[in-house]
Amino acid sequence: MSRRGRYLSVVRTVAWRNLHSAVRSPALFLPALIFPLFFYMAFAGGLSTVGDLPGFDYYDYNAFQFVFVLLQSAAFGGVFIGFAIGADFDSGFTRRLFLAAQDRSAVIAGFGVAAVIRAALVWAMVFAIALLTGLEVAGNGVELSGLIGLALIINVAFFLFAAGVMTRLRTLQAAPAMQIPVFMILMTAPIYVPRDLLGGWIETVSEFNPMTAIIEAGRSLMAGDPFHLALAFTAATALAAVLFVFARTGLRSAEAAGG
Amino acid sequence: MSGSTAKALLPTQTKYLAWRSLLRTARQPIIIVPPLVFPLFLLAINASGLDAATSIPGFPADSYLAFALAFPFMQGAIFATNTAGTNIAEDIGSGFFNRLSLTPMRGPSLLAGQLTGVLLIGTIQAVAFLAAGLAAGAAIESGVVGALVIFVLTLAIAAAFGTIGLFAGLRTGSGEAVQGLFPVMFILLFLSSAALPRDLIAQDWFQTVATINPVSYLIEGLRSLIITGWDAEALALAFAIAIAIFTLGLAASTIALRERLVRT
Repeated sequence: MSRRGRYLSVVRTVAWRNLHSAVRSPALFLPALIFPLFFYMAFAGGLSTVGDLPGFDYYDYNAFQFVFVLLQSAAFGGVFIGFAIGADFDSGFTRRLFLAAQDRSAVIAGFGVAAVIRAALVWAMVFAIALLTGLEVAGNGVELSGLIGLALIINVAFFLFAAGVMTRLRTLQAAPAMQIPVFMILMTAPIYVPRDLLGGWIETVSEFNPMTAIIEAGRSLMAGDPFHLALAFTAATALAAVLFVFARTGLRSAEAAGG
Repeated sequence: MSGSTAKALLPTQTKYLAWRSLLRTARQPIIIVPPLVFPLFLLAINASGLDAATSIPGFPADSYLAFALAFPFMQGAIFATNTAGTNIAEDIGSGFFNRLSLTPMRGPSLLAGQLTGVLLIGTIQAVAFLAAGLAAGAAIESGVVGALVIFVLTLAIAAAFGTIGLFAGLRTGSGEAVQGLFPVMFILLFLSSAALPRDLIAQDWFQTVATINPVSYLIEGLRSLIITGWDAEALALAFAIAIAIFTLGLAASTIALRERLVRT
């Protein structure tokens, strides 16, 4: 078998194992599905009056919140796979995988493929439920594809972050070290209202938060009125590139520590 | 042992178990810090992020910070479920519970003792949340006495949710199962009138859920002291619900304890 073939074989095996575990243990997969639905219900349902505020110029509050929830599920979809990596380190399985794989980055890539497939399943279900419960989509197919593209880059970026953390700390107990920064970067973006209506410290923080441009561009795509897409895609890709280096150096750290 | 001797031992047993619970809680920052930091972080985000909501006609406060200040109190009290449940599940898992059951220890001492640690965290939280709210500019409309009532109500709610945790811990004997309750509690919190007053919730289904959800009334009781002053109805409802949850939780925990002792 060629080197490339061996690499792909490891990627496929690791991804398949992770997806198989998720199917066999719904407790592993359900939180990733339930949390976006719950946040969509809580934010879009409980705060819909906020959409009537003077200066709130988005066409539909459900759609406004849906984009945030989609991107949030993309980010946390990446992070949830970090739990699997941590658990495999705890059980010693990752060490055995590292010994077996000629190129250890294939193991991490396998987890990444599983993250993308799991996120895609979650998006399909969340999208379907949102549409059934009255979500209005103003954007066309191309614009929606752009939104999914953004979510995909975010999923990969935050997966790389989770992989970087877990390959450095190598235990599931380090889960808060993955979750808290992701939670903070997401929650300090304009979640409830557009940036113009924000006040206080969060207005300043959201100006510098890369997720702001990404969420705003996502909402503009959903509304069929694309806005600063180049900035959003550049921010998302740059985030993914930086986190790729973080994951890569994390893998080296795990290799140096003997897997 | 005669009934009167057992009764006389009850306060002593409770004192020792309460002291153990206090020490155990104080020695584990991981139990104290997240229930303090996480609610304050969410308060900071919501107070800034939803400040524009005060422009909604009929919104009952000028500052969203004051409106939202009840949220961390409630969220902190809900953390009590996990603390109480996880502690007793750990005692069961480590065998401490089995050893206790060989002593003349009485069930009520164990339950009261376990709840003491929860009340310690509840007190620390109440002080921290109130101090943070006041430092950020919120005012307590009901004054100093109202602030004391906030403390009492927060501790009542913490004790009420603590009994749910005790029941789950005693019933399952598993810390993981107790942790599984956390999302349920979180859902109860978010599907309530925590973010907007019930009459301003536009979605009918959400308004119905928030009206059925007892957490709405607990939050409204706390909130009334902060933004309204003295609202007898809101306070009576909040205390009545906290006492009802406590009574039911305690009854369920007592039965679960009896079953657990039989199994031991």
